[in-house]
Amino acid sequence: MKLIINGEQVDSKDNLTISTLLVEQKVKMPEMVSVELNGQFVRRPDFDTTVLKDGDRIEFLYFMGGGGCGTD
Amino acid sequence: MGLTERQIERYSRQIILEKIGGVGQEKLLASKVLIVGAGGLGSPAALYLAAAGVGTIGIVDSDKVDLTNLQRQIIHYTNDIGLEKVKSANNKLRALNPDVTVRTYQTRLAAENIAGIIRDYDFVIDGSDNFPAKFLVNDACFFEKIAFSHAGILRFDGQLITVLPDKSTCYRCIFHSPPPVGAVPSCSQAGVFGVLAGVIGSLQATEAIKYLLGIGELLTNTLLTYNVLTMEFRKVKLNRNPNCPLCSKNPTVTELKNEVQPVCDLKRGVR
Repeated sequence: MKLIINGEQVDSKDNLTISTLLVEQKVKMPEMVSVELNGQFVRRPDFDTTVLKDGDRIEFLYFMGGGGCGTD
Repeated sequence: MGLTERQIERYSRQIILEKIGGVGQEKLLASKVLIVGAGGLGSPAALYLAAAGVGTIGIVDSDKVDLTNLQRQIIHYTNDIGLEKVKSANNKLRALNPDVTVRTYQTRLAAENIAGIIRDYDFVIDGSDNFPAKFLVNDACFFEKIAFSHAGILRFDGQLITVLPDKSTCYRCIFHSPPPVGAVPSCSQAGVFGVLAGVIGSLQATEAIKYLLGIGELLTNTLLTYNVLTMEFRKVKLNRNPNCPLCSKNPTVTELKNEVQPVCDLKRGVR
């Protein structure tokens, strides 16, 4: 199936959950990533049970701490 | 209050803009913006806001200028090394524009002092460099109902979002709580491209001025991401999170607290 991940079309296996997609996409430290599916945030406990379908739009959102001040 | 002839000349290039004009300029001169962190993001933001004639600029920072700052923190110069950052920034802003009143706060923001500081401002720019501060700014702005710009930068990537508390997606809608210490690298560990701070900090100043003037579309419910290497900007639509611990109907964060980053325990998860 085709998914749109962070704006880019990606071919992926069928019936992936968000948890398995994070693994398949080799997302580093998936515990740190927030996920939005078709415009709605997905609760972390639902990552294992949310099954993706063709055409889903997924955003992986990453922490960025730096503000370039101090010793960051 | 009326503009002086010198002011009309100084700001002429933006006064002739239809959406700003003399009325907009007077609004800016009457406005107050607080900048958290006189660092990579805060430097360009402060300079552009002062240049534009934002009448009162507050700057919070507890640090002193360090040699490693100068690669990106353009408000500080080599001969400022060792000087308090708020003093260094104050010197530059006053030299740039005597119309601007600069207020400096040489302190670390904490749950105990932040509300008293931000309360007096119309808009806050978060250019802090650590997660507890970013969550604290988000929460304090929510409780005080002050609009703010959140931003973060790392390596070649930056992102920012504008938050209108209780009206648009907040930082906790996206990230519920700070990541464990060490889970997300800092700029000193992972590096940061200097000009990136200038790009993102300038965008924060843009949002502040638009908010103060009530013009254009703000980056509300929208995270703008930017990558230096691909030169790609992306607007990611982010709807408010019905499970947000702060701004949802059933909040778990109901008062200001000093967030402590848990020690690294990655299996625990953060949401």
